[in-house]
Amino acid sequence: MALDVLIVDDSAAIRKILQRVLIQAEVSVGQVLEAGDGIEALQRMKDSKVDLVLSDINMPNMDGIQLLTEIRANPAWERIPVVMITTEGSQQKVLAAVQLGANGYVRKPFTADQIKEKICGLV
Amino acid sequence: MTQEEMQQLVEEVVHSAVENVCGMMLGCPVEVQPKQIIAHPLQESDGVVALVGMAGPWIGTGALTAKPELACKLAEAFLLQSYEKVNDEVLDAVAEIANMVFGNLKTIIEDRVGPMGLSTPTTIFGASFTTKIGGTSSWTLIPVHVCGGELLIQVCMLPNHEGRVPHRLDIVGHMITRVAT
Repeated sequence: MALDVLIVDDSAAIRKILQRVLIQAEVSVGQVLEAGDGIEALQRMKDSKVDLVLSDINMPNMDGIQLLTEIRANPAWERIPVVMITTEGSQQKVLAAVQLGANGYVRKPFTADQIKEKICGLV
Repeated sequence: MTQEEMQQLVEEVVHSAVENVCGMMLGCPVEVQPKQIIAHPLQESDGVVALVGMAGPWIGTGALTAKPELACKLAEAFLLQSYEKVNDEVLDAVAEIANMVFGNLKTIIEDRVGPMGLSTPTTIFGASFTTKIGGTSSWTLIPVHVCGGELLIQVCMLPNHEGRVPHRLDIVGHMITRVAT
């Protein structure tokens, strides 16, 4: 089954890189959706089927922690895997993301292999 | 932590962060030069400047400066796409490189001094413009040879005794500014 993936990052460059990594990954990827912040991400999730979320933490309007909270609070989305991909390396934020139900965490800068490994471990 | 200790920490962390970013995401060799302590952070510029603010028990600004040709080469290495001139994608790539370098710096600093906040990057592009960031303190300048050009990384960190917000930025000249969104 092809996975529909939502990439959430305020950097278009990172969204582009993650798209490329997904194409190279050894998983079947269907639709790749993009959002520049948490608010846009929630809208994409309302409009389309999403099987996996890759999200930054530090974003304007709604950050990745708030987005994760909203996803886990919605019964329709609570089982969707969410991987946080961010420069934010503080123990506080990592712990908050894990406690809220993040399924993985990758720190920027990252290699394509790190992303592939994380995704393959979840699907 | 003294100012000198902070400058030493900045040099160590920026060195490691630049090597990681260039090695992992740009795939190009990098040569980080020893730090210099300078009085004025930015002189007349032609090219791209990405600025990131940090605030917490210490407060400061990180600036990453590249000539237009180097900015295009960095974006090419980052996005695997050719760029002949600076455009929105080039500015975004430089902003993200700054975000990763200074984000790593912020994480290490907060391990030592307590929780810190990081602003989203602001990128400035233009010809013959001058930027001046408020404050008279000394800046740590770290030149980096990468992609056939010289990337300048400059950081100023000060103890935040008064709960201030990041430095004010003054710009004179013609430029395009962009806040990453």
